[in-house]
Amino acid sequence: MTGEVDHVDRVVELPLAIRMRGVAKHYHLGQIGGRTLQHDLQSWWARRRGLEDPNQRIGTVAHIDGETLHALRDVSLDIYKGERVGIVGANGAGKSTLLKLLSRITAPTEGEIDIWGRVSSMLEVGTGFHREMTGRENVYLNGAILGMTRREITERMDQIVAFSEIGDFMDTPVKRYSSGMFVKLAFSVAAHLNSEIMIMDEVLAVGDAAFQRKCLDRMRQAAQDEGRTVLYVSHNMDTIRRLCDRCVVLDEGRVLFDGEVEEGIAAYLGRSLGDDSVDRDLTEVEHTRWSQGTGVRMTRVALADKATPSYTPGEGLRLRLWVVADSPRKDACVRVTLRSAADVGLGTAWSEPLDLGAGEHELLVTLPLELVACGAFYLSVGVFSDDGTGRRQTLDHVTRALRVEVTGPPAWSATALGYFALPGLDVRDVAEGRL
Amino acid sequence: MEHHTHISAEHRLLDLHLDELWRYRDLVWLLTKRSFVVTYKQTVLGPLWLLLSPLLTSIVYMVLFGNIAHLSTGGVPQLLFYLLGTALWSYFSTCVTANATTFVDNANLFGKVYFPRLAVPVSRMLGALIHLGIQMILVLGLIGYYTAAGAIRPTWELWPTIPLALLVMGGLGMGCGVVISSLTTRYRDLSVLVGFGVSLWMYLTPVVYPLESVTGPLRSLILANPVSAQMEYLRLALLGVGDVSAGWLAGSALVSCVILAIGVVVFTKVERTFMDTI
Repeated sequence: MTGEVDHVDRVVELPLAIRMRGVAKHYHLGQIGGRTLQHDLQSWWARRRGLEDPNQRIGTVAHIDGETLHALRDVSLDIYKGERVGIVGANGAGKSTLLKLLSRITAPTEGEIDIWGRVSSMLEVGTGFHREMTGRENVYLNGAILGMTRREITERMDQIVAFSEIGDFMDTPVKRYSSGMFVKLAFSVAAHLNSEIMIMDEVLAVGDAAFQRKCLDRMRQAAQDEGRTVLYVSHNMDTIRRLCDRCVVLDEGRVLFDGEVEEGIAAYLGRSLGDDSVDRDLTEVEHTRWSQGTGVRMTRVALADKATPSYTPGEGLRLRLWVVADSPRKDACVRVTLRSAADVGLGTAWSEPLDLGAGEHELLVTLPLELVACGAFYLSVGVFSDDGTGRRQTLDHVTRALRVEVTGPPAWSATALGYFALPGLDVRDVAEGRL
Repeated sequence: MEHHTHISAEHRLLDLHLDELWRYRDLVWLLTKRSFVVTYKQTVLGPLWLLLSPLLTSIVYMVLFGNIAHLSTGGVPQLLFYLLGTALWSYFSTCVTANATTFVDNANLFGKVYFPRLAVPVSRMLGALIHLGIQMILVLGLIGYYTAAGAIRPTWELWPTIPLALLVMGGLGMGCGVVISSLTTRYRDLSVLVGFGVSLWMYLTPVVYPLESVTGPLRSLILANPVSAQMEYLRLALLGVGDVSAGWLAGSALVSCVILAIGVVVFTKVERTFMDTI
């Protein structure tokens, strides 16, 4: 969308790495999965008698029409050499399908793709690793699977060993490795491929934080210094922000947004929230997965006395929260977290433990907004249990339940000045007259 | 030179990417090595099993077919006759059965990374060939012994063509294997049939008996089997007994090439989208 103008300029400067034109991928439902002759005969017999096919896949995804799932629809993208493109989207938006097409794991149903340069795809780390083989043997095998020759791997072996931090264990079978070592070695191979285009699907989600950062830096360096092109899919907006310089948002198989990273992330998060509602039915949205069977659930949340989710800084935020408790409890606390439009946590407010009887409650939650200067925020709401020692456990939680906007003073910019107006500065002249 | 790949929804039948397979030749070799290493790690006898299993099979055949059923071995000492037959047949049948499950066995790998899928069948065939090579050490030892003892007279002038005959045999096996593997992506039943079918196939091939001992309608069935000609030819070259004509041999080679070609074309077509159905 907004990337258009930007890209016209880039064509002149940069050569293309990937060109997709009208690419679509359809899956026929009910024909997915391994079948036996018996199943085919069963389906045929059911159809003859006018019954439902017993082998039909069941699903209720919006972009299913009839028996076809449109995983990708009419996607056209130009990706230039040296770009680091982040691909985001909800589950089922078509991210993985896109990567599978580009890495040639499956072929498109419609359209054409041109790729200039060798592609190495890391949809998983350690593909082809065998437990019985040593680290070194696995590096050769994995490298060859990813398209390197033995000579190229030998040339890079020292770099790979150094990066992986494995050292002395290179000649030990990988079944003796810890899972951390395994991941480090596997990623090191992938990171030292000499392919021009690297495709990654959340492979960084594994490994410890320090190693993750090292990997991201390595990827960025590969793109900046060696002119490699990186395509990266993740649900972690932080890694997208750290690695990428362009963001493509997919939604139901279409390109929803293509352009700046921050705008892309905002577009994706905005999309996942839906609209500017001031009243949200929580029975239909996704709750934190630890919240099942705790006996407390939130059913609805609304901004009190508001027609639009818009506030001025002095105004207090007032929420109405409907909570159902299966049994009485005295330890339930309400928590509200403020997140930025780009999904960075900004701050959290807790209530005192409440005395909740069994049944439905309508709680009025008030949060002063004095500090908040300006910006668009997501509110995450939750109910936690507090055992009195400060340890709190989730009873129910919904991330990004509502979106609110605080319209600050005209001169205030959230990007330059931040979201909060900190307390007034104290300045004293302590050396008057000495100069 | 820059590498350019074009991916299109349209698939041309003869787009086989064989040049790409060549670029990945190191992978073929590493896959072969992997299956060899992995098979014999943490076993007591290791690769010795390669010699032991045909030897034991041959001894069973000697008792069963030689001494109980009194089948002819065309004048060749029984041990050598059965050992060669077993080694060659296990080479061929491995090419079929090991490849028949290519897609199902490697679904995990194929679903995560692209490389020319044909690398797997080719490496399996290469692995079978290496196994055969090791077993042939034993066979060649026996050939040397019996030749010196005057019990057999190998047809030495045919020896340079032995690799070609082995290649035809392996190609035929791999061709059948990849056709089956392409079909098993849709119909898993076939993998059950394969083991059963291959053992039946052995009895329609002159493995435990020489072709000359068969007459009547059964003989034409054996003649129609493309493996038979190579089997008889190899026996003629190595042991000096065999019932084979140039026309029959050429026909069998042609059929083998056609089956291999069909196999590769079907395989290449299936590999494009098999991940959607598996």
